[in-house]
Amino acid sequence: MLKVTEIENIDFRVELLEEFSEIIKRYPEGKHKAALLPILHLVQAEYGWLSTESMERVANFLDLQPIEVFEVATFYTMFFLKPQGQFVLEVCRTGPCCLVGAEKIIKYIETKLGVKEGEVTSDGRFSWRGVECLAACGMAPVLQIGPDYTFYENLTEEKVDQLIQDLKQNNEAIKSDSQIV
Amino acid sequence: MARKLLLENVNVPGIQTFEVYRQKGGYRSVEKALSSMSPEDVVDEVKKSGLRGRGGAGFPTGMKWSFLAKPEGKPRYLICNADESEPGTFKDRYLMTHIPHLLIEGMIVSSFALGAKTSYIYVRGEMMPQIRILERAIAEAKNAGFLGKNILGSGYDLELYVQPGGGAYICGEETALIESLEGKRGNPRIKPPFPAISGVWGCPTVVNNVESIAAIVPIILDGGDEYAKIGIGRSTGTKLISASGNVNKPGIYEIELGLPVEEFIYSDEFCGGIANGKRLKAVVAGGSSVPILPANLILKTVEGNARLMSYESLAEGGFQTGSMMGSGGFIAFDEDQCIVRNTWNFSRFYHHESCGQCSPCREGTGWMEKVLHRLEYGHGKMSDMDLLIDVAKKIEGNTICPLGDAAAWPVASAIRHFRDEFEWHVNHPKDAVERNFGLGNYADSLDKLVEAEN
Ligand SMILES: Cc1cc2nc3c(=O)[nH]c(=O)nc-3n(C[C@H](O)[C@H](O)[C@H](O)COP(=O)(O)O)c2cc1C
Ligand code: SF4
Ligand code: FES
Repeated sequence: MLKVTEIENIDFRVELLEEFSEIIKRYPEGKHKAALLPILHLVQAEYGWLSTESMERVANFLDLQPIEVFEVATFYTMFFLKPQGQFVLEVCRTGPCCLVGAEKIIKYIETKLGVKEGEVTSDGRFSWRGVECLAACGMAPVLQIGPDYTFYENLTEEKVDQLIQDLKQNNEAIKSDSQIV
Repeated sequence: MARKLLLENVNVPGIQTFEVYRQKGGYRSVEKALSSMSPEDVVDEVKKSGLRGRGGAGFPTGMKWSFLAKPEGKPRYLICNADESEPGTFKDRYLMTHIPHLLIEGMIVSSFALGAKTSYIYVRGEMMPQIRILERAIAEAKNAGFLGKNILGSGYDLELYVQPGGGAYICGEETALIESLEGKRGNPRIKPPFPAISGVWGCPTVVNNVESIAAIVPIILDGGDEYAKIGIGRSTGTKLISASGNVNKPGIYEIELGLPVEEFIYSDEFCGGIANGKRLKAVVAGGSSVPILPANLILKTVEGNARLMSYESLAEGGFQTGSMMGSGGFIAFDEDQCIVRNTWNFSRFYHHESCGQCSPCREGTGWMEKVLHRLEYGHGKMSDMDLLIDVAKKIEGNTICPLGDAAAWPVASAIRHFRDEFEWHVNHPKDAVERNFGLGNYADSLDKLVEAEN
């Protein structure tokens, strides 16, 4: 069983901790390590990335060794281990998307934002990276933006312009044009 | 119009809600199974249906279920594989988005058949919107008494949870998925023991694809024999095909298995032909892992028979001249696509996604990526093609999980069928970076075919 007393020493928001506790109930007793991925997603949605401290706190909460959390966080591509832009444009770069122009869109985004893959624009707003097939190949080219993983499909240069402009103005994720969501 | 079993109601307004789904006859398979069938009866119907796993391997679902160990005092688990990361495949996302209750209904009946009291849907982490959709659908179903304690007064209890992945193709492999669900890195396990004996937390576990689970609903409603009447031979039922690449109408199509490939590509009911008036050059018919075929071989087998969308017909000719049904990710290439570039892209993908446990896969995928990169960028050698085939052979069959094979097959098949184009890259390095080899002879009929017609 988890040592409930430990929880008080962690300074995640109370509501977040309550969510963690709810998640743990999905698994049989003693198997709370299974909550690790869902919890890391929540932590990343809260802070935008996973710092060593936040991972240590997660380890503490789940009664794991910190290394058990680090090795998981480094294995999965969705977890950011350093700060990102406020909006991370994740563009699919896999075969089917490339058949209909994904490479051109990636180049365009790189030029437009003026930063290399993984870097953050000077205003702190944007970063971008190539990701693998997003299971939306019929609506290619596509990109997604976390933490809600909103989809933007059938991308053109004009659509990218519009999207970046909207994101700058609204300061918040805008509505997706997705046919699937 | 072909018969639809899964997507018939997909365009009904509000079908995402429990209310509308139920009005349209939803959850009747749960009522039927729980009130008039034993778990063994359900398994028998699935066996009779001939349903084969829709996740890629095509293993008969009923048989897989009957292998599940039932030791005393140990819980059994059903895990739905909604990791959907095979390039070219996007049917599961579509199904979960548009008709989520079909999956929930299938999960309840399947869990009942397997004696699972807790089941999980493992959804790839990027599909957060779908995770929300499923969680809402589960809450609605529970509210209506189809989940939770004593479902419909039958005495059967079931809890259903959604688990997010973290962005790793390898977690689609069932033992990697189990590791990942346990909160670990997604490293595939050495088999045996198979999950049916020792799966999640060491308990007997069945892992099934989203589409396989959804197909359980019509099977139970209409009976396994009725289901088996649809399709052709051992390819029974309908299949969701994800069509992408250079077709006029990319998207998801539910086809009756046995549909001619030519009709699927050119008929207006399906892909509507190749986009921009171009000609078809090649097809990857079952997701990036299956062998690529040139246009002539995907439309007709070497024997001159029309190739059909079925497990058997797509595989006809073996790896020499055939391919595989795989996950049904149908990727079409027009005459302006470069096969070398695409092969390099796929190799990069597999190298990126290799979990790194076995050296043939970890090193081999990296090596193939490098050699293909130099071929594509005009620095290749004539000996590179044989080198690639050699590396592919050394990976194939020598790894813990099938990702190694999945990485080797696309490379070996591309060189087998498109060697002219690889050689052109070596002989014309300058041209190769500026333009595309073109259609070659790939769209022309095969010699044997001409003979057959005479
Ligand atoms: C590298 C790799 C990736 C896979 N990805 C998926 C996937 O995304 N979805 C899926 O259902 N099956 C995937 N599979 C197949 C699963 O291992 C497993 O066979 C399948 O989920 C079983 O379900 P089924 O019998 O209903 O098809 C993958 C297999 C391998 C080797
Ligand atoms: S074949 Fe590749 S992905 Fe599969 S276990 Fe080995 S290294 Fe990992
Ligand atoms: S290849 Fe881009 S979504 Fe599948």
